[in-house]
Amino acid sequence: MFFDDEVAGQIKERFADLVHPVKLVVFSQALQHPESEEVKRLLEELGTLDPRLIVESKNFIIDAESAASLKVHHIPGIAILRAGVDGASDIDYGVRFFGLPMQYDFGVLIDAIVDVSTGESGLAPETLEALRNLQAPVHLQVFSTPT
Amino acid sequence: MRLAYRFAIASDKITADGVEVTGFPDLARRYRVSSVPKTVVGEGGEFVGAQGESALLDHVLKAALPGPAATDA
Repeated sequence: MFFDDEVAGQIKERFADLVHPVKLVVFSQALQHPESEEVKRLLEELGTLDPRLIVESKNFIIDAESAASLKVHHIPGIAILRAGVDGASDIDYGVRFFGLPMQYDFGVLIDAIVDVSTGESGLAPETLEALRNLQAPVHLQVFSTPT
Repeated sequence: MRLAYRFAIASDKITADGVEVTGFPDLARRYRVSSVPKTVVGEGGEFVGAQGESALLDHVLKAALPGPAATDA
């Protein structure tokens, strides 16, 4: 168990803000990266806290095609998607997390789930306007450590 | 990291990876991560430390500009 009752309660409270279902596709590989299995178990337990959270566990080697299409190039890797409903496709905003989402990063992961669910960036109107005119793709990578 | 994710949600031209770098020493070396948080923007931009929305936007707009080769073409 990763979450005691108090933490589980706090997470459920945060997930009260979910609007659309969210799909977490987690890639792991027990032999190559035993720690990636820990992330898989963490997310599977997280998925029990709200029915709008769908956790798909995939093997990085067996499901290599899926990993490539989701641009998950490292494990443990998590693609955070807005789940399609009634036959609609999932919406991929390009949000990924790699590594162990612990401590501060766990909070960021929870926030990311809520933000993907709402589809609301919360950015200022002038930022949104500038981004609408963006002519080329830009990939952001934010490196952190557990603190 | 959350701000980068929010940029990705706001624009289909932006993708955002959050990387807990402890398990990825190869990435740490490749991107010369000696302090965190470190943000790498596109191919060449980078900064260390938390920056606000307008600062990240400046980095993103700069990264989206055509490169020298495209400008000369």
